[in-house]
Amino acid sequence: MLPTLVIVFREVFEAGLIVGIIMAVTSGVARRGRWVAGGVAAGVFGACLVAAFTGGLSELFAGSGQELFNAGILGFAVLMLGWHNVWMARHGRELAAEMREAGAAVVAGSKSLAALAVVVAIAVLREGSEVVLFLYGVAAAEGGAGVGMAVGGVIGLGLGALVCLLTYRGLIVIPTRYLFAVTSTLIALLAAGMAAQAIAFLEQAAILTALDQTVWNTSWILSDESILGRALHTLIGYVDQPTAMQLIVYTATLTVIAVLMKLFAVPSAPQPRAA
Amino acid sequence: MTRDMLTRLGPTLVSLTLALGVGAARAEDAVTLSLTIKDHQFEPAEVHAPAAKPIIFAVKNLGAGAAEFESGALHFEKVIAAGGEALIHVPPQQPGRYKFFDDFHRATEGFLVVP
Repeated sequence: MLPTLVIVFREVFEAGLIVGIIMAVTSGVARRGRWVAGGVAAGVFGACLVAAFTGGLSELFAGSGQELFNAGILGFAVLMLGWHNVWMARHGRELAAEMREAGAAVVAGSKSLAALAVVVAIAVLREGSEVVLFLYGVAAAEGGAGVGMAVGGVIGLGLGALVCLLTYRGLIVIPTRYLFAVTSTLIALLAAGMAAQAIAFLEQAAILTALDQTVWNTSWILSDESILGRALHTLIGYVDQPTAMQLIVYTATLTVIAVLMKLFAVPSAPQPRAA
Repeated sequence: MTRDMLTRLGPTLVSLTLALGVGAARAEDAVTLSLTIKDHQFEPAEVHAPAAKPIIFAVKNLGAGAAEFESGALHFEKVIAAGGEALIHVPPQQPGRYKFFDDFHRATEGFLVVP
């Protein structure tokens, strides 16, 4: 029971952090619940599919199918997150204004919601496929799904969902005028971390070999195998032994998102002059 | 059915990858280290490789369930299905002792030693 609980919790926890942030980012947007739920459902379905074809997926691209798949979906999530931030920089204010008028923001907000629903789906798919494979392995070893496994799985899922809820609750207490800045920053860091992780997959497939030496090692302060290390890995892309290319891509992702947000931002209205 | 499609599609994609010259130069002088995972044990539990040479782990999972072959220090994580085999590329390493493990069963550990 315990190993199942630990693994299920760990994976749901990682996906839950992302879902929690996205729930907070979209708080107040009409129909966001349906989009996020749709993302979760699509992710669970995708996870089962990926888990079922892990063997076949691995054999593709000279044995690098899994790495290319992971790098690909992470790259796509980075684009969605970046696009969301830029879109919000442009339309965030009008959206906030419209939201007060009932339902007016539905159409405007749905594009951005779709992008975030994709991110939810990808997060759930990535963590979920590991859960499915692990559970399948436990069931195979024990000759069937036992009661212990079911109990462990349900408790793990519940605890992971609790993290999602706490992340969301923790973020929405932030006053509205700061919320946009906070969530934009979180989304940008999330994107940069995912980009760096995509690089790690390309490096392990030897598709990318330039600048692949480890730059520093902070595992003595915080190991990325620890629970805090894992949380920070998911949230801001913390890696205790990053490669040069990972650092470059991380910084570049943050820079590009920040620059695009500035470029596309609505110029602020001229300040009324003091008499 | 889909699995068949995947395996049939495989060679085409492989040649495409090779045509692009992806990772080809590196693989030539790499050291291949063969490992198996069985009953939640790496066999051998300690492998050796020379410094400053690229390394390829060839890992066979002979266990009943999937394993996630992972190492923070060596920068990889790869799910290996039960009965599956995986190749993991690792860039040249400095002398040291590097841990790898099965992330689904954390007690399953092994080490790469670079003298």
